[in-house]
Amino acid sequence: MSHPEHFDVIVIGGGHAGVEAALASARVGASTLLVTHNIETVGQMSCNPAIGGIGKGHIVKEIDALGGVMARAIDRSGIHFRILNARKGPAVQATRAQADRALYRMAIRGAVEHQDGLTLFQQAVDDILMDDGRVRGVRTRIGIVFEAPAVVLTTGTFLNGRIHIGMDNSMGGRAGDPPSVTLANRLRELPLGVDRLKTGTPPRIDGKTIDYRGLEEQPGDEPVPVFSFLGSAEEHPRQVHCHITHTNARTHDIIMQGLDRSPLYGGMIEGVGPRYCPSIEDKVVRFADRASHQIFIEPEGLNTTEVYPNGISTSLPFDVQRDLVHSIRGFENARITRPGYAIEYDFFDPRGLKHSLETKCVQGLFFAGQINGTTGYEEAAGQGLIAGLNAARQVAGEDPWWPGRGDAYIGVMIDDLVTLGTGEPYRMFTSRAEYRLQLREDNADLRLTQEGRRLGLVDDGRMRRLEAKRDAVEREKIRLAGTRVHPGGLDPQKEAAVLGRALGREASLLELLRRPEVGYRAMADLVGLEEPLDDEQVIRQLEIQARYEGYIERQQGEIKRLRSKENTAIPADMDYALVRGLSAEVRQKLADARPETVGQAARIPGVTPAAVSLLLVHLKRIQHAA
Amino acid sequence: MPGIARSLTGHLPPPRRACLEEFRDGSGGVIDQGIAIRFPAPGSYTGEDVLELQGHGSPVAMQMLIRQCLDLGARLARPGEFSERAFLAGRLDLAQAEAVADLIESSTAAAARSAMNALRGVLSQQVHALADGLTDLRVYVEAAIDFPDEEIDFLADGEVMRRLESLEQAFTDLRRGMRQGRLLRDGLRVVISGAPNTGKSSLLNRLLREQRAIVSDIPGTTRDVLEQYLDLDGLPVMLVDTAGIRDSDDVIEAEGVQRARQARQDADLVLEVRDHALEGPGGSHGDDAGGPVIFVCNKIDLSGHPPGADGDAVYLSVLTGDGMDALVERIKEFAGYREAESAGYIARQRHLDALERAHRHLSLGIERLREMRAGELLAEELRLAQNDLGEITGTVTSDDLLGRIFGSFCIGK
Repeated sequence: MSHPEHFDVIVIGGGHAGVEAALASARVGASTLLVTHNIETVGQMSCNPAIGGIGKGHIVKEIDALGGVMARAIDRSGIHFRILNARKGPAVQATRAQADRALYRMAIRGAVEHQDGLTLFQQAVDDILMDDGRVRGVRTRIGIVFEAPAVVLTTGTFLNGRIHIGMDNSMGGRAGDPPSVTLANRLRELPLGVDRLKTGTPPRIDGKTIDYRGLEEQPGDEPVPVFSFLGSAEEHPRQVHCHITHTNARTHDIIMQGLDRSPLYGGMIEGVGPRYCPSIEDKVVRFADRASHQIFIEPEGLNTTEVYPNGISTSLPFDVQRDLVHSIRGFENARITRPGYAIEYDFFDPRGLKHSLETKCVQGLFFAGQINGTTGYEEAAGQGLIAGLNAARQVAGEDPWWPGRGDAYIGVMIDDLVTLGTGEPYRMFTSRAEYRLQLREDNADLRLTQEGRRLGLVDDGRMRRLEAKRDAVEREKIRLAGTRVHPGGLDPQKEAAVLGRALGREASLLELLRRPEVGYRAMADLVGLEEPLDDEQVIRQLEIQARYEGYIERQQGEIKRLRSKENTAIPADMDYALVRGLSAEVRQKLADARPETVGQAARIPGVTPAAVSLLLVHLKRIQHAA
Repeated sequence: MPGIARSLTGHLPPPRRACLEEFRDGSGGVIDQGIAIRFPAPGSYTGEDVLELQGHGSPVAMQMLIRQCLDLGARLARPGEFSERAFLAGRLDLAQAEAVADLIESSTAAAARSAMNALRGVLSQQVHALADGLTDLRVYVEAAIDFPDEEIDFLADGEVMRRLESLEQAFTDLRRGMRQGRLLRDGLRVVISGAPNTGKSSLLNRLLREQRAIVSDIPGTTRDVLEQYLDLDGLPVMLVDTAGIRDSDDVIEAEGVQRARQARQDADLVLEVRDHALEGPGGSHGDDAGGPVIFVCNKIDLSGHPPGADGDAVYLSVLTGDGMDALVERIKEFAGYREAESAGYIARQRHLDALERAHRHLSLGIERLREMRAGELLAEELRLAQNDLGEITGTVTSDDLLGRIFGSFCIGK
């Protein structure tokens, strides 16, 4: 039967990608349907109960700057906040929070339910309806047909999901949830390049059975960090500590003896797992010289005693899991509440996508999240936002939008995926970004909110906050640049304390602020600045901009040059055989990758600057011929 | 651009007019005389400010002119970059675009060839070793930044600083010892030595007569008449006639000998001239030269020995010119220099330039870490340094780097 209601955009999946996709689509005015197999698990954290971290925290702030929900949800559910890399410079600092899973889910569910233009519906989807290379709608398991010109697929690990524990395996989308097999097989009919990936989780433990005495305690930061640009620490629930313990020689012995029943080493698992998130058996085998490995004991929530022992993800048989857990300090009498497992699932080669995250082969069909070969809630959510936005824009007859490599980590991620593809679950690292000094957590709003406003993603309140911050920074910069101090004009004692030595020559306050050891408040106090600023975000922005001066300008120069190439589009039906002078190898690479712009073409490994020039000349030629 | 024009010619040449100018180096010495034409934006090929310089044919003078421009802040263009810029500025019409495609096609092949020739043997190994050292360092620094929970904070311990300093020393050593580099700047220093009346001065004169002598002033060289610059098929050579030293210094013979000895010590190559007619076959090659020597067995017109090279000896007659070719070939061979192709200069200059830029970024990175404890700025400088070296050794992608990190450290929860 056909559902009487028509939607502009249908989002399949209620995970982190699906939620941001549905919210973004609805925010920009498309009537949107979110279909999930289980409404109770919307916003569920399937893996560890944490949001953020290096590179990931950056993405969360970018989603926030574009009006997304992730940062606001973690601010209301985070029970332990830290700034990582606090001593390594602001560009590489990142916020990370442990979440109360239930509170996080509730915050997300609330946002979805209160979003205008967004409808929630519980049913598994078995088929994508297509006509003539265009998407037409979806059919659910019991045969309900929803029609829409755009569909966003965010299926996570559910496509042909297979769960491994020891030599036993079974089909499953996540522990306790059924997989999507019919849909997976339908998608395998499309020319999309399917492959398998693997990820895993550790056994969960009842915290009541852990002996915390003697374990290293890891407190959260004080003052407590905040994720959203609009958030505050008052929104946070009660804060708790994490703990750290370690594996030992006996743990490693137990693992080595259990390897003959490991699906990973027995060849049962064909999917590729992430190198940066190996199972404990992988770590012990590959780094045999390490006497122990860290385990972070992460609380699952305020109202549960269950904990997540982060660091011992495993697919070893359950009896080995028990023995290895019991060999660990503090876990001697621990009770496992859920066994650890590995899960294999289908993903599609993301080189089959445009930057808008629309598939190249089916108009109106968008992919986001693990289906594109990524891992991580934040990576999924970032893609979801872009896919949902562009699905809505396409229905409205508007051009797609995505951030560039110089604009956002989300832009780096999407460009990496669609240009290079991925051989393992793709996770964000700051080393993936060329413009790392520019792509910071603290300026995500300055980078993106204005654009988000133009796209319709950002509401009045957020826009006002951005304008206030931006104007305050600019005003203060002008004031500091115009205020000068002279040698001998300062309190000698304070001068020595703040500047380290006496002022050698006349200087503006902005110049003082550029010195690595000088902070705004100390400087303001030293020179007796009238009405010094009090807004922490503004002060930090001033200090950081002063620190990176020169570097930022150089990177912005690079970004500007990059942009001119990004703006030169390559037609989708480009015939590379007609480009004169290209080597056969480069021609093949370009034909396989089908880059959308000259900038993207230049980033394909093996495509030389000379080849790019030839491409530009060819484009000029066909432009004239047209 | 206007800054470079002012510094080279002493003023800003009027727009769109060919002017005869003297091109000067930083200390005011004349490098060459030639034509300068200034095209202010947007009325140029690329739409940007352009300064066109036309010098004399000598590759050496050209080389020095390029060097000076680079010192003033210019950068060598990539193959096809001008056309690319012209295209992006919307200044190419269809016919030009067509022609440019052909040009890029042929010039990149030549550039690739000369780039391959530019670095060979030990030097290439050394540059690759530097590049590896740099990658190693980046592995440590990036791992410390991206994986702060992993008990591998290399930035905090002294290890990174120690490695940085040793890599910087390696850069300094390589650049100092780079024959290729000195060849480009100062030329190959060849000292003619030998007993009186073996034909040293005749050899000097013959070489000067047969090969192009460099007429322009060369910065930093003495105006000593005993040193003569020579362009050996594009290889700059400074010929030093030690015989001249002795002859001119008849007051204190001992001082003359001392200076001759010193000249031999400073030489890249000594041409030890023998009178083959006197010494005959089997004449002693053994000498106290110390450094590399080519034994020039002169006067084969009298001894009857066939002309040509044999081991470290070259048999020739300065009088008839027989065997002179073989000597020139041996000198070029010694310098590791083959091509007279002008692109070869550019390619080598590109490498030198890349090394220099990489070195600068490395030093700056060390300073950032030391003075600001700024690991992220060190990382940025190292990234830039690696980009520069990548022009020689091939790029290292972020994925390569991550692969090295995961292979080296046990990462992940």
